[in-house]
Amino acid sequence: MENYMKLEFPSKSQNEAFARAAVGAFAAQLDLTCEELADIKTAVSEAVTNAIVHGYPLKRGMVEIECRISGNQIEITVTDQGKGIEDIELAMQPLYSGSPDEDRSGMGFTVMESFMDTLQVQSAVDQGTAVTMTKRIGMDTYV
Amino acid sequence: MRMEYIGTTLVVKLEGEIDQSCAAEIRTDIDRAILLKNAKNLILDFAGVSFMDSSGIGVIIGRYKQMKARGGKTMIIRTQPQVDKILELSGLKKIMDCG
Repeated sequence: MENYMKLEFPSKSQNEAFARAAVGAFAAQLDLTCEELADIKTAVSEAVTNAIVHGYPLKRGMVEIECRISGNQIEITVTDQGKGIEDIELAMQPLYSGSPDEDRSGMGFTVMESFMDTLQVQSAVDQGTAVTMTKRIGMDTYV
Repeated sequence: MRMEYIGTTLVVKLEGEIDQSCAAEIRTDIDRAILLKNAKNLILDFAGVSFMDSSGIGVIIGRYKQMKARGGKTMIIRTQPQVDKILELSGLKKIMDCG
């Protein structure tokens, strides 16, 4: 199966639920299990939250999601044009948080990495961040 | 979200989807209730929660630390599979009581 969709919305935290529901509905075209669907929705929620909270900490901006289904794989890219990440390696360390005083777990990237098959982060300071994740569906059958 | 005291234990029945958009409100409400009657223990009931991301983990860790500082326990009960998986990943299940 081949399919593609793109959506864009302002960096309001109310859109986190919308984003994961929309991607989940698109992903449902694949024959996925409840667990695979939950994994995708959770990973999207983390990526979109990062874009909203860390990409645009002071001013509002737009968040874009692109999804591509190709065969039994889904690729999801979440992009912002926000402040970017200075040190990607540090930001991706488990339990590291960009805003530690707000009871944040620092687990966003860890969740994305664990629940998806691949995770790629591209970022430039003051230009924005793009997080690309892929997951192949139906893989747990072979375990 | 509904909260009630059973003796000195505060029981919080969480509802819906927990993400960053509601994390601050949940945190404030629970903290206020803890102080109100000086809770000795805290039970977080997840039966009504259909989704949680790592923002919820942050809320739980914060409450756990607070109860620990007061000499009390925090317990998590009735989680659904999606919530259970992220709890497992966070390592919280190893340090907390999960029913």
